[in-house]
Amino acid sequence: MHREDFLMLNKDIIYFDNAATSLKPKCVVDKICEYYNEYSANAHRGDYDISYKVDLEYENTRDLVKDFINAKNKQEIVFTSGATESLNLVVNGFFGPLIEPDDEILITKSEHASNVLPWFRLAKKTKAKIKYINLDSAYEVTLENVQKAITPKTKIIALAQVTNVIGDIRPIKQICKLAHDHNIFVVVDGAQSVAHMPVDVQNMDCDFFTFSAHKCLGPTGVGVLYGKLELLEQLEPTNLGGGMNESFEDEEQVMLKSLPLRLEAGTPNIEGVIGFGEAIKYLEKIGMDNIASYEKSLKEFLIDKLSKISFIDIINIKAKSGIVTFNVDNIFSQDVAYYLNKYNVCVRAGSHCAKMLKNETGIKNTCRISLYFYNTKEEIDKLVELLEDKEKIIKEMF
Amino acid sequence: MDQELKREIIMENYLHPYNKEKVSDDKYINVNSNNESCIDNIDLQVLIDDDKIVDIRFMGEACAISTASTSIMIKELIGKTTEEALKMIENFENMVEEEEYDKELLAEALVFDDIFKQKSRKTCATLPYVGIKKALNEYRNEKNGNC
Ligand SMILES: Cc1ncc(COP(=O)(O)O)c(C=O)c1O
Repeated sequence: MHREDFLMLNKDIIYFDNAATSLKPKCVVDKICEYYNEYSANAHRGDYDISYKVDLEYENTRDLVKDFINAKNKQEIVFTSGATESLNLVVNGFFGPLIEPDDEILITKSEHASNVLPWFRLAKKTKAKIKYINLDSAYEVTLENVQKAITPKTKIIALAQVTNVIGDIRPIKQICKLAHDHNIFVVVDGAQSVAHMPVDVQNMDCDFFTFSAHKCLGPTGVGVLYGKLELLEQLEPTNLGGGMNESFEDEEQVMLKSLPLRLEAGTPNIEGVIGFGEAIKYLEKIGMDNIASYEKSLKEFLIDKLSKISFIDIINIKAKSGIVTFNVDNIFSQDVAYYLNKYNVCVRAGSHCAKMLKNETGIKNTCRISLYFYNTKEEIDKLVELLEDKEKIIKEMF
Repeated sequence: MDQELKREIIMENYLHPYNKEKVSDDKYINVNSNNESCIDNIDLQVLIDDDKIVDIRFMGEACAISTASTSIMIKELIGKTTEEALKMIENFENMVEEEEYDKELLAEALVFDDIFKQKSRKTCATLPYVGIKKALNEYRNEKNGNC
């Protein structure tokens, strides 16, 4: 769908690495250029027309994000540099002062490094404990296993809504309900979900939700931290400086701005935020339901074809997202990716930043195809044709 | 070397790599070599006695080029003195970087003489050489008694 909007698709490539980052439609790139060419000024400080225009556009994106994930209040939307920064901000700014020795933090072995390493450090510093929710035989999270992992000491559950290697869609709403019944906070890493399905943070009832713009058609270097207002109010800024303070006299008298600016110190990524607004408008125009159902049909088409190839092992055959992770028997994943690259097919090989997953699957490296709405069945046919011929792969893998 | 022969040698070393097995013997020096830009990751075990490389083993997960390059390197280096080894390594690196080198010293490793044409695979070919240099360094430091 909508391939004509993506100049990158004129390059004769087949782009199947959307979980790493998405392509950008022309309107997003144009919007960024418009900012630099027509009202290039700083945000939140000017008293002249073009600076005012920057504020309008910047804050307009905040409104768009609020509606996009159905937050209650625009103050709940904080701009960051990406999902990684958002997660670090919650971990250090909110949980840092709150967590106590022996508190338990529940994650899984399939989380992305960005939803693992900040927790590791917090746990180490505070003598809290990292615990893992068991994955089922398809490497997915079940409500039952979350229930089993909860103890009276559990303070936090931090999970991706969709994981970036297994691509399973977690039952976040039910998990939040269960967690809140036990007074447990839930942090949801939405990096792989928001671009691909309708997200409603109020309905889900998560406490925090994080994601990056660049995986949903927006520019790199922009992310969002959503938090329930009463929780964000308690989040201590980890960055201090211009743009976030109201006044200061000496070290005893520092007044900070109210949310969300208090958490956005320094000149923000203005072009990025403004460009991201355009990306959201574009996604809304297509409709997240339409994107989800189109992707689902592509995914089923791909699985149907790939699973007929006897020497291909699909690791996440049950997963419901547009991510397909596989290996070709006895061929190193990187050699497969290298071979496909010869035909301008972009797929990712490796551990995909989920380095603990190998303890569960026994497989260290895989090839990953991740779909988006601009992919087509014809592209999948081409991929399958290339993968069907093992002799050819071996012959051309270097 | 013609292309077909090169392919054959690379394939042979990939499918049946030489000395791809671990030993447990603490006389061996253990080093790891991985490519930060990709996912190749090998462990080398090197036994050096009186400045002579007696044995090299390797383990790990790596692509066809890295694996073949490691296998070939091991075959070439066993039996050489550390000085001869350093010379061969330097020549190999020069070849990959398109600088002058002595063909005589590289033998089978010449199968990678045009790897520079595939920029992204240069680091795959040099991966084991990064590792062996670490091991040689460690040997020298130990010998000189400054660890
Ligand atoms: C599940 C998941 N979480 C977090 C991230 C981190 O996103 P970013 O690198 O944009 O900060 C990613 C990106 O790959 C991801 O897939």
